[in-house]
Amino acid sequence: MGDMKNDFIIELREVTKSFGNVKAVDGISFGVRPGEVVGLIGDNGAGKSTLIKILSGVHSPDSGQIIVRGEEARNWNAARSRESGIETVYQDRALAPQQTITRNIFMGREIKNRFGVIKVKKQYEEANRLMREIGFTSKVFDPDSPVATLSGGERQGVAIARALYFDADLIVLDEPTTALSLIETAKVFGFVQNVRDRGRSIIFIGHNIYHVYDIADRFVVLDRGKVVMTADKSEIASAEVLMKHMQDIAEMAHADVGSAGIRSG
Amino acid sequence: MGLGAKPSGQQNGREDASSLVKWARKNRRAITSTLFLIVMLIGFTAANPEVFSQFKTYRSVMIALPISMFLVVPLVFVVTAGEIDLSFPSVVGLSSYAFASIVDQGGEPLLGVAAALLVGAALGYLNAILVVRIGLSALVATLGMNFFLRGLINILVEGFSIAIPEIRGSLIHSLMTDDPIKIVEHLGIPNQMLWALAFMVLGIFLYNRHSFGVRVHCVGDNPESAAEMGIDVNRTRAQVFIFAGIGAALAGIFSVMINFVWWPTTGDGLLLPVLAGLFVGGTPTWGGIGTVFGGTIGTTIVAFIETGVIAAGLTGFFTQFFYGLIIILSLIFQRFNGGRVR
Repeated sequence: MGDMKNDFIIELREVTKSFGNVKAVDGISFGVRPGEVVGLIGDNGAGKSTLIKILSGVHSPDSGQIIVRGEEARNWNAARSRESGIETVYQDRALAPQQTITRNIFMGREIKNRFGVIKVKKQYEEANRLMREIGFTSKVFDPDSPVATLSGGERQGVAIARALYFDADLIVLDEPTTALSLIETAKVFGFVQNVRDRGRSIIFIGHNIYHVYDIADRFVVLDRGKVVMTADKSEIASAEVLMKHMQDIAEMAHADVGSAGIRSG
Repeated sequence: MGLGAKPSGQQNGREDASSLVKWARKNRRAITSTLFLIVMLIGFTAANPEVFSQFKTYRSVMIALPISMFLVVPLVFVVTAGEIDLSFPSVVGLSSYAFASIVDQGGEPLLGVAAALLVGAALGYLNAILVVRIGLSALVATLGMNFFLRGLINILVEGFSIAIPEIRGSLIHSLMTDDPIKIVEHLGIPNQMLWALAFMVLGIFLYNRHSFGVRVHCVGDNPESAAEMGIDVNRTRAQVFIFAGIGAALAGIFSVMINFVWWPTTGDGLLLPVLAGLFVGGTPTWGGIGTVFGGTIGTTIVAFIETGVIAAGLTGFFTQFFYGLIIILSLIFQRFNGGRVR
């Protein structure tokens, strides 16, 4: 497939991360190209969340390299990750419930002058505009309402609005449809489509294989901290085939991991 | 995208909320404590109209109240960040010792002020190392620091106090605590009260309008989320402890300037009244929210209790009883005014 090195927005090389004796991420190499939707799948404990927290700078890897647009990142942390155009919508939404919607949208990246004074009016107006853009037409709450007064779907909306506002090159969605209604789930899919149409990339993490199959261009399957399969959508005929691969991986859990599934990319 | 939007039929009466109503809702904790102060003062005035209709009653409270105000403003930041600092009485003592001993040895008072601020900030940093770096419980570590530093003071001075009458007439003393400045002469407001009010306004600004205050809110509300959004949680926590140390140093400097004496016990009696004022003012114990203005009002409530109890004709034995009663009553007020949201 040619030399893809410089095509990646972000690339991990041989990254490892252990918690105590548990190797959560065990030598993973993985990259994301502009405009693609990568479906990251794997069982509970496969290392998905740890992997994306390394990408987003919350965890620092024990070893390995993080390469951002062809250059190795030094002192990688959450603030640097966001500055590099990576926004993450965490499974827990990463919200501060007692704070206003505005404060949550701008958490960690306030609109301020060089003395640190926050442009309160500007933030309020931007939050208001953003809420309308994503369809918060209700007058029950406004940008000054605390997030605690919102429903689960609305909170997810705030988390996604935040990722949208900063016009990220890569948006990581960690289990974005968990605890959402069918309608809300459909809206999240619409959002993913929207982001892809604008040429941005997405990493979509989910345990629902059908969801991931519908949405992703490429699949990366993790098992016990390793990448056990990478496949383009053209190589997988249907969600059922992907599901079959997943089952094979689970059954071969005690066998040689390297021989399971298709190797590609 | 319409994610999470409610159908318009579900709108309730809040859509008509005027900006005044929104302001009141946002500041309800501070408003509650202010109303409580007013009700309390009305009660005291009813009990002894003669004392509470005289301005000098209020002036006498305003002489020492600023000391508590310099302490409570940074403490609102500490508690909002989800931490606590119980070491401030001894930080007041040790930082003002630096000030008093420099002045006592003929040093420039301004140098003494700088030294006290440095000591306060350094002790705040020491608290931060214990709590943030080593990971001790803030409650226990700062309580330990309070005993440790007071012990250090006792070892250093062996019970002797430092009188610095020579400070009178110096520029810094005139500016900070001397006779009222001309503008407010007819009111007779002590200078230190004006400085404390300025400090409060600075605190309100930092708390609500500056990225430092916003980070403090987010860290206290949900530290995991704050970290995920790129806020340096540990740095923010360390900063609130340093801020508390600086506030304690200011309180200590003013205390010595007002009294012309530094005692080995300077700051000792402040722990409970200041903490009571903080919570009475409407800053809850669980972090994430609070009010600087309310905290100031809370310390004012506490400052008036003793005056009020004596003026009402009760003996000093009733003071503590009323401290407790008013603290509990005001917390009940705050509780009914909106509990914890999660």
